[in-house]
Amino acid sequence: MPSNRLCQLTIRQAHELLKHREISSVELTRAALERIADVENRIHACLTIAEETALRQAKEADSHIRDGNIAPLTGIPALIKDVMCTKGIRTTCASKMLENFVPPYDARVIEKLKVQKAVILGKTNMDEFAMGSSNEHSAFFPTHNPWDLSCVPGGSSGGSAAGVAADEAIYALGSDTGGSIRLPAGFCNVVGLKPTYGRVSRFGLVAFASSLDQIGPLTKDVTDSAWVMNAIAGFDSRDSTSVPYPVPDYTGQLISGIKGMRIGIPKEYFVEGMQSEVREALGVAIRKLEELGAEIDWEVSLPHTKYALAAYYILAPSEASANLARYDGVKYGFSYPNANNVIQAIEKTRQFGFGPEVKRRIMLGTYALSAGYYDAYYVKAQKVRTLIKQEFDRVFERCDALVTPISPTAAFKIGEKVDDPLQMYLTDVCTLPINIAGIPAISIPAGFCNNLPIGMQIIGKPFSEEILLRIAFAYEQATDWHKRKPAITG
Amino acid sequence: MKLDRDQVQHIAWLARLGLTEAEIEKFSLQLSDILDNFEILNEVDTSNVTPATQAVYLQNVFREDEAANSYPQADILANAPEEDESCFKVKAILE
Repeated sequence: MPSNRLCQLTIRQAHELLKHREISSVELTRAALERIADVENRIHACLTIAEETALRQAKEADSHIRDGNIAPLTGIPALIKDVMCTKGIRTTCASKMLENFVPPYDARVIEKLKVQKAVILGKTNMDEFAMGSSNEHSAFFPTHNPWDLSCVPGGSSGGSAAGVAADEAIYALGSDTGGSIRLPAGFCNVVGLKPTYGRVSRFGLVAFASSLDQIGPLTKDVTDSAWVMNAIAGFDSRDSTSVPYPVPDYTGQLISGIKGMRIGIPKEYFVEGMQSEVREALGVAIRKLEELGAEIDWEVSLPHTKYALAAYYILAPSEASANLARYDGVKYGFSYPNANNVIQAIEKTRQFGFGPEVKRRIMLGTYALSAGYYDAYYVKAQKVRTLIKQEFDRVFERCDALVTPISPTAAFKIGEKVDDPLQMYLTDVCTLPINIAGIPAISIPAGFCNNLPIGMQIIGKPFSEEILLRIAFAYEQATDWHKRKPAITG
Repeated sequence: MKLDRDQVQHIAWLARLGLTEAEIEKFSLQLSDILDNFEILNEVDTSNVTPATQAVYLQNVFREDEAANSYPQADILANAPEEDESCFKVKAILE
C-alpha cells in the first residue's frame, strides 16, 4: 500500500492490517512522519515531532505483534495535544512559560496508550493553556484549517483536529473545557468526543479550569472514537474527580440503530445570526435521523442557555486564575532572570511568560474572585450553573439525546476575531453549556458550506457516551461527509 | 461596570502579573466591555439556588494513608530554573 494511503487509514482499518501482518507499525509510522513532513509547512498542526521515540515505539509494537500480542491501539500512530504531560517529550501548552518544560511523568491517558503499545508521533499546537477558539492564541504560530488555509481550524485543540483531518496521524487526543475538542472537530470535518466530566482521568493534564476540563478523542470516524474511549476511560485514584463507574465496551451498541429513540432539538441553540447554510445543513441532518427511525421532539426548550456564556466566562477564568498561580518561575518553566527581589521576579516571569489571552483571563478571574466581587460574580455564576444543570436533567427525562449545531458558523478567517475577545468567546455559545453541566457531547461531520465543514453536536445525559456513539454511528453509516478529504492547497 | 486604571493595576497586583502601560489601557477597555456583558446574569432569579462547585456529585473522596515512593529528586529538579544544594533557589525574600 502506498504511504499516502496508509496515513488515511482509520484505527480499525490499520488494526486489521497490523494484525494480519499486511503492514508493520514502522511502515505506518514512517508514512505518518512523511505526511507530516509533506504538509506541516502549510498546516502547522504540530509543536513537537518525536520522530526518534515514535520509530522506537513502532519497532517495539511490531515485536509485540510478532509475538501475538496486539491490543486495539498497538502500533497505531497518534498525535497528542500539547497540554498532556509526556515523559521525556517537552510539553509546552503552546506557551512561552513552558517552552522548555520536559515532564518527569506521563499523564494517565498517555500511560494507558503506552500499555497498549501505541505510537506517539508528537504534540499538537493549541491556544495557549487551552484558552481560545481558533488556535491563534498559540504563543508560537497559528494552525491553518486544511479545508481552507486562510481559515482557523477552531480551538483550542486545533492542531489535533487539523492533524487528523490532514492525515498527519491516525487519531489524536484533545481536551475540552468549553468546546475545545468539539469546535475544531466541527471546523475540520473529524469526529470529536467530550466525555462526561470524571470519565477520563485528568492526571497529567495541565489544568485550565479544573471543574470543566476533560480529555477526549479526535478521530476519522465514530467507530474509532469508541475504540479510543475504550482505551482511555476509567477510574484513576490520582484524579479525585475521577468517577469509579465501570467502563462499558463503547463499541458494544454502535450497530443497534436508533429506531424509537427520542431526540430533542433545543430551540435556543438555533440562534439569531446563525449562518443560513448551518441551519439548513442541521435541518437536513435531523430529517436523516428521523428517516433512520428516531422520534424528533421539536418542543424542547433550555431557557437558561442564554446565560451560559456569561456564567462560563466567569467560572472558567476564575478557576484559571487560581490554577495558573503556580507559574512563578521557581520550580519549572520560564523564569525572569534579572529581578531584584522575589515579587518582581514573579511579576516579570508572568508578564513575559504569558500571552495576551491568558493574561486577560487571569485578570478576569482574579477580579471575579476578589473581595467585594466574589458573590456578585463567582457565586452568582455558580448558581446559574446549578440552574443550567437542572434544566438539562429535566430535558433528559423526556429525551435520549439532543441535537444542535456545533457553532453558529463554519470556520472563520485567521485574524477575523483575534482582536475582539467577546466575538471570539461567542464562537463557543453552543458548546460551553455542555461543560457547565458536565455532560458528554460528540461533534460529527454533517455537511459543507463553500467547502468548509459543518459540524453537528449530539448531547447526552451523564455517562451516556454509548448512546451518543450509537446515534452518531447510525448517522455516519447513512451519510458520507466524513469520507471527504481536504485538498490542502492555497 | 467600568474598570479604571487603578482597578486594573490593583487586580494585576493581586495576580502578581506585570503589565505594560499599553496592556493596562487595553485591559481597562476590554475587561469593562466583558463585565458589561456579564450584567445579563442579574436577570436570573437565584434567590433559592445552591451554587454548584462541580458537575458530578462526588463528595469526600478519601484514600488510604499509605506511604508510596515520590518522584526522584533529580527528575523534579531537572526543570528548575535555578537550584542550589538540591533546593529550588529563589531571590531574596527579606531585605
